[in-house]
Amino acid sequence: MPGLTFDRVSKEFPGGTVAVRDLSLAIADGEFMIFVGPSGCGKTTALRMVAGLEKITSGTISIGDRVINDDSPRDRDIAMVFQNYALYPHMTVYKNLAFGLKERKMPKDEIAIRVNGVSSMLGIDDLLTRRPAQLSGGQRQRVAMGRALVREPAAFLLDEPLSNLDAKLRVQVRGDLKRLHQRLGITTVYVTHDQVEAMTMGDRVAVLKDGLLQQVDSPRNMYDRPANLFVAGFIGSPPMNLLRAEARGGVASAGDLSLPIADLPDGDVVLGLRPEHLRPATDGQPSMEFQVEVVEPLGDGVIVHGTVSGTLVTAPSGDDEVLPRLAGERAEITTKFEPTLRPSPGERMRLAIAAHHVHVFDGRTGDVIVAAGA
Amino acid sequence: MSMSAEIRDSAGALPALEEESGRDPRSDRFVFSWWHLVLFPLAFLMLIPMIWMIITSLQTLNETRHFPPILVPSSIQWQNYTEVLQRAPFARWFLNTLVVTVVVVAGNLLFCSLAGYAFARIKFFGRDVVFILVLATLMIPFQVIMIPTFIIVRKLGLIDTLGALIVPNLAGAFGIFLLRQFFRSLPIELEEAARIDGASRLGVLFKIVLPLSGPVLATVAVITFLWTWNDFLWPLITIYNPDNMTLQLGLTTFQGAHQTNTHLLMAANVMSVIPVLFLFFVAQRFFIRGIATSGLKG
Repeated sequence: MPGLTFDRVSKEFPGGTVAVRDLSLAIADGEFMIFVGPSGCGKTTALRMVAGLEKITSGTISIGDRVINDDSPRDRDIAMVFQNYALYPHMTVYKNLAFGLKERKMPKDEIAIRVNGVSSMLGIDDLLTRRPAQLSGGQRQRVAMGRALVREPAAFLLDEPLSNLDAKLRVQVRGDLKRLHQRLGITTVYVTHDQVEAMTMGDRVAVLKDGLLQQVDSPRNMYDRPANLFVAGFIGSPPMNLLRAEARGGVASAGDLSLPIADLPDGDVVLGLRPEHLRPATDGQPSMEFQVEVVEPLGDGVIVHGTVSGTLVTAPSGDDEVLPRLAGERAEITTKFEPTLRPSPGERMRLAIAAHHVHVFDGRTGDVIVAAGA
Repeated sequence: MSMSAEIRDSAGALPALEEESGRDPRSDRFVFSWWHLVLFPLAFLMLIPMIWMIITSLQTLNETRHFPPILVPSSIQWQNYTEVLQRAPFARWFLNTLVVTVVVVAGNLLFCSLAGYAFARIKFFGRDVVFILVLATLMIPFQVIMIPTFIIVRKLGLIDTLGALIVPNLAGAFGIFLLRQFFRSLPIELEEAARIDGASRLGVLFKIVLPLSGPVLATVAVITFLWTWNDFLWPLITIYNPDNMTLQLGLTTFQGAHQTNTHLLMAANVMSVIPVLFLFFVAQRFFIRGIATSGLKG
């Protein structure tokens, strides 16, 4: 099966809104690629251009060696799962699954074999005579997947397919989708604004913001080595703490924290501290005073919100995330401790972080200067 | 929850839902409201012409001329009906009207769907301007375009044929407007999914959009049926041969310059409104919806 290539693809809507700018990206054959970003970042537009539902303003999109810019949606050999599933309400599940094959003039008995194969794979065989209105959300999602799978397309496009499911079902279907991809190995592009889906499902993740590709990498590398402030603030839950700091002679100072960091150029910088890397300080370690405000025990860990002296950088974040806010002269940060460590609200403690866990970003451009060691 | 358990659960939940929504509709009938004291007399007032028409159709010619009017005929004159059928090619007129109406309704459903879909979904240069122009034709009284239309129809060689009644009415701005509004309300993802599945534009229209547009198509059909069935002025100026007349036009032949056979006229009237009455009872909800959603009077 061929891969999918974006070559300097841009999309400008009438009226001048640029949804995607100069996107270049090669998705390998059989790869599970995630497009993630806040709403309006261009991820859905990029997907719709692959599907042929939006015209490409400039650049080319190809499947394998074939440029598909001017092909009609039916000739592109792709299948798409829509956010609201878009099942045909007047057809039974069987007819929904068979529609694409019938439109391609496949013989009836062959259609029956394919539909039955896919429906038993997805566990929807006993729903075939029902109409979409008689199905639960999870079942509809499955039928929508089935309708895409039954065509055996060259590429599979999914536009936030889990966003209409409740939280528990979402976790389950997430696993099912991943298993399905491992089994079938179809090149897949998956659009989501949920960074948990992005981290857990994809072989690689592409983070977009304002139509610009910020970084493409494996979820692990994206998490360990974010290329800029946006990615740092977007990937990870709870998000990375971003503190303004001043670098002088190899030491970064933020509030009462003075941290020696190797290869640090002088100037305004932003320190990125992952919540799980912040630990109660032992004597002599560079540390900062932390006032505990809210404690959230999760079972496998404890999330602690509190303040330190210093200035936060409000990271551009996803649409459903709360922006970190300034608490007077103090900055609100989040840490994640082991379950045994449970401070009480109001308590003051000192937090430390190993220098090799600290990400340093340029204070003006937001680009990474010193990447944390893995 | 495993996949199969989830399916079983929701399958089990379905009958319960149906029970809840499946209330016996008969329990809503005959519930008294004070409005009925107003509505019953008003409804009766509306029915008076209809009742009078039926009564007159069963009287003798002399009774119809009596003053004060006779409300109960001395004997019921059923032969008025047979006399109408003998004195005029009534069956022919009925057939003509039926042919014209059925073809015009079918034409409107087809052509208004095509035009309405284009205005709703296909982006082309000047689309909105053209649509406004189409809508604007609703504001032009028929009397204004009557003569130009007559000239066109004559050039087509259709005068005094049923074609004169059919061709100019095959599509109407009203149907285009109603269908366009409805098509725009359908989720566009359904059409996009069908296009990715391999359907052409026409395939999308006929296999996805129209099957989901039953109520609005019924509305267009019912309203077009009524307009066409009851049309009088246009047949009057284009049809001369009694064999090509429609019912509404044929009825006037019972009105002479010096004498009107009122009893026969009313008998013919009763027969001509029966299909319309029947249609109205069957499809009144579509008729009312059409008037309500378009804000137009019939």
